[in-house]
Amino acid sequence: MAAAARLTLLAPVAAVGRLTLGLTRLTGALTLFALRGLLACLSLPFYGRQLLQQGVAIGFMSLPVIGLTAIFTGAALALNIYTGGGRFNAEQIVPQIVALGITRELAPVLAALMLAGRVAATIAAEIGAMRATEQIDAMRTLSTDPFRYLVAPRLLAGVVTLPILTGVADIIGIAGGWLVSTLTLDFNPAVYARATVDFVEVWDVQSGLIKAAVFGFIVTLMGCYHGYTAIGGARGVGRAATRAMVWSGVLIFATDYVLTTLFTRG
Amino acid sequence: MTVTTPILEWRGIRKRFGGKTVLNGLDLEVDAGRSLVIMGGSGQGKSVTLKLALGLMRADAGDVLFEGKALSGGLGRHQQKLYRASGVLFQGAALFDSLTVWENVAFRLINADGRSRRAARVAALEALDQVRLESSVADLHPSELSGGMQKRVGLARAIVGRPRILFFDEPTTGLDPMTAEAINLLIVDLVKRLGCTAVSITHDMVSARTIADDIAMLDQGKVVWKGPVKDLDQAREGVVQRFISSSAGPPPAAG
Ligand SMILES: Nc1ncnc2c1ncn2[C@@H]1O[C@H](COP(=O)(O)OP(=O)(O)OP(=O)(O)O)[C@@H](O)[C@H]1O
Ligand SMILES: [Mg+2]
Repeated sequence: MAAAARLTLLAPVAAVGRLTLGLTRLTGALTLFALRGLLACLSLPFYGRQLLQQGVAIGFMSLPVIGLTAIFTGAALALNIYTGGGRFNAEQIVPQIVALGITRELAPVLAALMLAGRVAATIAAEIGAMRATEQIDAMRTLSTDPFRYLVAPRLLAGVVTLPILTGVADIIGIAGGWLVSTLTLDFNPAVYARATVDFVEVWDVQSGLIKAAVFGFIVTLMGCYHGYTAIGGARGVGRAATRAMVWSGVLIFATDYVLTTLFTRG
Repeated sequence: MTVTTPILEWRGIRKRFGGKTVLNGLDLEVDAGRSLVIMGGSGQGKSVTLKLALGLMRADAGDVLFEGKALSGGLGRHQQKLYRASGVLFQGAALFDSLTVWENVAFRLINADGRSRRAARVAALEALDQVRLESSVADLHPSELSGGMQKRVGLARAIVGRPRILFFDEPTTGLDPMTAEAINLLIVDLVKRLGCTAVSITHDMVSARTIADDIAMLDQGKVVWKGPVKDLDQAREGVVQRFISSSAGPPPAAG
């Protein structure tokens, strides 16, 4: 009886312990996986054809979604800032704040989230299915390293294309703000554009693009990791896809905070 | 140096999954140029035995030796040497479904040997011809093929690099008897023509008798009987006898 009571009392402690151990193990496995992936990116042979394919699938095909997201976000942001600015008689601040908000924060984060939804799950499902049907084993017996053939091209495509997508989102997002401001808020088009150009610093854009590169790595890494380690057939593949998407999202927000802290200190 | 070492050798292999012991001191060897068939009940560790040699799993104890030297698994140099020398047909064919048939067959040539796509395609078409597939399937995707054709493509992919040692995991399971027979004969023919060593797994006694020089019977994590296929019917071991009688096919119809 006493032993049982002690067990119940200790149950929460055990649960915390299990969780901690689980997280530690996951972090370790993930770090090793990421290092192997990076190493594969930096060593030969280099599968250019795969990289091109992934660049198109991951980057180019995401353009429409990310463009749409950006234009509506820019427009809504302008309206909100106009309302908020009005409370201080500072409506003219709209172009500056829109530009700042889009380049430093919204374009990279939203583009990354869209990529997480579109790409992380796809990658996880693709690689997970290859794992389940022994295609990854087959690849190794064909003297081809799956890290170089499957993982590296996806990681590289993520790191290269997300900053480009973010650059596009910067322009479209700011244009969205400009459109709604000149069409409905009586801003002078030229004055608005001038204000944006004069205000934005190179670093605003740069810091956003750096964030995007990191997010691109995170999204594709999550897809590859959860797919590669998927177990348990078709259900395992489904689980891997969901996990890849959810963990991408969480890590994007967490990393965004850390990077923003670093970038605003200097 | 006059004693011939077996081309492939499992020595004292132990392997457990969780609390379950699958291989318990497995010893087995294959001599160069022979066709060995591993038989045994379901879940006796036949696939695991193959995967250990292919470095796709790690043994808890014991070694697999290729040409007398222990395989290190994964990315080790000797393991890579085995990959270079071998062709594998997986149980489900394991074709890459994002690639066409010929790109599957030519995968090693393009991605590991650095051959041009054009030269690789020629070699792939040749291999497809050897497994009696029309060149018209070359540009299809694996999902457009029947199971039997997928097995043939898998076979073509296994032989395309002129391997010295071939691995077949249940090459005929899930196929109708006619297709199974065709695949068996194809394997016999290929092994003879290419002069390869072959290690196959099968449940099917008919297949085994067709393709084997030697048979090894796996039970309780060990090899309980091994010998030339002609001696199989003289084996005293209960497992072997049960296996022979249970897979002898349906008894002849009365009357
Ligand atoms: N990756 C794995 N994780 C856990 N258990 C495994 C794994 N691979 C195999 N096993 C277990 O090892 C045992 C032997 O598996 P194996 O696939 O070698 O059997 P087999 O002899 O090939 O059977 P079958 O004829 O049905 O294919 C099984 O009980 C299986 O559950
Ligand atoms: Mg098996």
